[in-house]
Amino acid sequence: MSSLENLLGKLRQAVGTDQVLTALEDLIPYSFDGTAALRQMPGCVVFAQTTDQVAAVLKLANETKTPVVTRGTGTGLSGGSLPIPDSIVLCTAKMDRVLEVDQKNLTLLAEAGTTTQAVADAAGAVNLFYPPDPGSMKISTIGGNVAENSGGLRGLKYGVTRNYVMGMEAVLPQGEVMWLGNKCVKDVAGFSLKDLFVGSEGTLGVITRVLLKLIPKPAAKRTMLATYNRMDQAAETISAIIAAQIIPCTLEFLDRTTIGCVEDYVHIGLPLDCEALLLMETDGHPAVVAEEAERMVKICREHGCREVRIAKDEDEANQLASARRTAFSALARVGPTTILEDATVPRSELAPMIRFIQSVAVNYKLRIGTFGHMGDGNLHPTFLTDERNHAEMERVEKAMKEIFSEALRLGGTITGEHGVGVAKKRFLPQALGETSIRVMRELRRALDPNGILNPGKMFD
Amino acid sequence: MSASHSFLKDLDYSVVQQCMHCGLCLPTCPTYTATHLERNSPRGRISLVRAIADGRLDVARPFGEEMYFCLGCLACMSACPAGVNYADIFEHARAEAEASGVLKSPKRNFIRWLTVKWLFMDLRRLRLLARMIRLYQWLGLQTLLRSSGVLRLLPERLRGLEAMTPTIPPKFSAELIAPVTPAIGPKRYRVAMLVGCAQDIIFSEINRDTVEVLARNGCEVVTPPNQCCCGSLHAHNGEWALAQKLARQTIDQFPPSEFDAIISNAGGCGSHLKHYAKLLADDPAYIERAHQWDAKLKDVHEWLIQIGIRPVPADHAPPQVVTYHESCHLSHGQKITAQPRQLLQAIPNLTLVELPESNWCCGSAGIYNITQPEMANKLLERKMRNIKSTGAVIVANGNSGCLLQLINGARLHNVPVRVTHPVTLLAEAYRRADQKKGSVL
Repeated sequence: MSSLENLLGKLRQAVGTDQVLTALEDLIPYSFDGTAALRQMPGCVVFAQTTDQVAAVLKLANETKTPVVTRGTGTGLSGGSLPIPDSIVLCTAKMDRVLEVDQKNLTLLAEAGTTTQAVADAAGAVNLFYPPDPGSMKISTIGGNVAENSGGLRGLKYGVTRNYVMGMEAVLPQGEVMWLGNKCVKDVAGFSLKDLFVGSEGTLGVITRVLLKLIPKPAAKRTMLATYNRMDQAAETISAIIAAQIIPCTLEFLDRTTIGCVEDYVHIGLPLDCEALLLMETDGHPAVVAEEAERMVKICREHGCREVRIAKDEDEANQLASARRTAFSALARVGPTTILEDATVPRSELAPMIRFIQSVAVNYKLRIGTFGHMGDGNLHPTFLTDERNHAEMERVEKAMKEIFSEALRLGGTITGEHGVGVAKKRFLPQALGETSIRVMRELRRALDPNGILNPGKMFD
Repeated sequence: MSASHSFLKDLDYSVVQQCMHCGLCLPTCPTYTATHLERNSPRGRISLVRAIADGRLDVARPFGEEMYFCLGCLACMSACPAGVNYADIFEHARAEAEASGVLKSPKRNFIRWLTVKWLFMDLRRLRLLARMIRLYQWLGLQTLLRSSGVLRLLPERLRGLEAMTPTIPPKFSAELIAPVTPAIGPKRYRVAMLVGCAQDIIFSEINRDTVEVLARNGCEVVTPPNQCCCGSLHAHNGEWALAQKLARQTIDQFPPSEFDAIISNAGGCGSHLKHYAKLLADDPAYIERAHQWDAKLKDVHEWLIQIGIRPVPADHAPPQVVTYHESCHLSHGQKITAQPRQLLQAIPNLTLVELPESNWCCGSAGIYNITQPEMANKLLERKMRNIKSTGAVIVANGNSGCLLQLINGARLHNVPVRVTHPVTLLAEAYRRADQKKGSVL
């Protein structure tokens, strides 16, 4: 703490006295992010309002070898912005301006602390579309989305945050400011460093501005809901839709536990004895949408769905979508502690993976509700538990380990969209192998020789 | 209450633990949105409460101040995916702040004693004060003092308070409403009507309109004089024992078994009134009646939509453009959002224009506009800007605190709108129809 105390005066000079928080009552609310059961007190919280201030803070931290944890609004689900003891939490939430919407080049430039919602709204205001829609988009920051390479419900058709990053401004630990990328659709000059920074989880530099790609808004959308007696029928439906060369914008799935919790919570008349529910949406040109919707309904029936409904209008579409939209809330209400995971497998392995998760729940006497993005293989096994029940938490730990091992065995990954941070750190070597980890470690050291940026996160 | 008693350590820990700190409350929180500081957000406040319950933080002045910086608007409860009962946490936290004495100062002690412990514990005192203010206003003293500039000699806070003094109407509720009003037409229900404390005095006409609308919809309405305060003010300000005392008095005055429904027309009171069972959970003599009470307590909009509003015949009244501002405790506290709009839409020649951010707090928040004028004024300004954007000539709202705040806001910000309760607009429509028919009530 002593090195930090010497630093505080200089930090206050750099960003202003009232932009440095040190009181206990001010720090406790920054001692966690959106990740369950993780808590750590920082040394101080510093708000930067300009790139120059970020540079000044990093320089001071680097000189004194003080760890820096960059934080947007703290909605991450892997502990990426969880403080490190005696660290500076560098908060970008006050850098929240949309700087430019370029309708000629279809790009948007925003400061890192701009919320994802504000980005989507600014694009929508000129009839353009920013597709990535992580669950926390109303408050998550675009800088955090880029640093974590966030996903969302539209991954299958529209991809994830990475697919929309054209450039960024980032500050290195020594205080140097760097521009990466530009508005060109094609650019092969040098290494694509912007791609290295996407998903770097605050370990390589601090992202201060982001240049995003926008696309035209789809003109029409159709929403469908299908229920299945057996999981395999739902999984086969997905495979058949893809094989029929239809790329729906939404292909979401709820398992039996989740369906039960949703029905308990919102009472919308879901059948409690079915094993799977699919929410499907197709968007694009009205004629194509109508034809695709018809074909999807047919495929559902051919694969033994119990019932399939197609929304007549927007109201009914919202009603159908509410089953999926409320899934997480419905699960979160069941137990005091909700742990949301994101094991991901190739689409072809979805049915075995879901069955495996269910068997793990039985073996370890746990409640696990699974829902997720069936179209892109990204599942959300959600543990409904109580962090004060240590015996149960130990079983959760073991169950998770088995689930991740199985995901890897099936050719999948330990995290589809939440990131590694602290939560998945111990599983990373198994997922990537020695060589990958070594290369990443060397890259990290090259950019951050003093190891001040988010130390202890992702890998040591 | 012994000094060692801790409200937060008593609080069921799972209520606090239910918060998964996802942050979805942040964009709906007026204080967080203004400051961007986690401490001023629901999840930040919950983390402080949890730290105290864990013994990681002592209750000190900053904690007490934080819990009073919170509006208690409960917008976070509408946004929360995990269903955290923030209202419960918030009331426990304020009670803890009071019990610990960290906020004590001679001035604050006096004001709290005067209002929470004296004026609102026996409403005869409040009515007496109101009569004095009425005299002050009738004799023209207020106009005189205001124009003379003498008020400028007052300290700024007092000057602000003087400007907020509501106009006291000539009659209070008991002088306008009979103890029992018979149903008009066949009697379908027997209901009790709570006139409120401030509402009784300042908005007695809204109370009369409420009784009239209920009667016109087949309700016999029991409205005894000398009702007591429901205790909402006390519970929201950390005075649990007093809130319990008032809850027992209220139940005694209105035995729930005698009524089909007990009607409140103020969103803030209703939100508290529906939770007497929780407040009296440890009182075996009252708990059963309290459960019955909670089940029968209905907001007036909720009740009218439930029993079906008697149609209002179309008339040739000039069209009115109305916008609806939601009381926080009606929308977030009681989750009553559709019914007031349905009631307004039942009125002929009325066009309802949606108010942007209609469920965003106006800054009234009980006595928040008195205790935290700076933040309250920011919110009022934002509210008036939104109201202006609708072009409406009437703002309807179902809570006395908000009504007062909006009336002051319209004056301060030069927005020429009439501010009133949806039920008053419905009563007026019934009366217009009667006049057309030539019949009298």
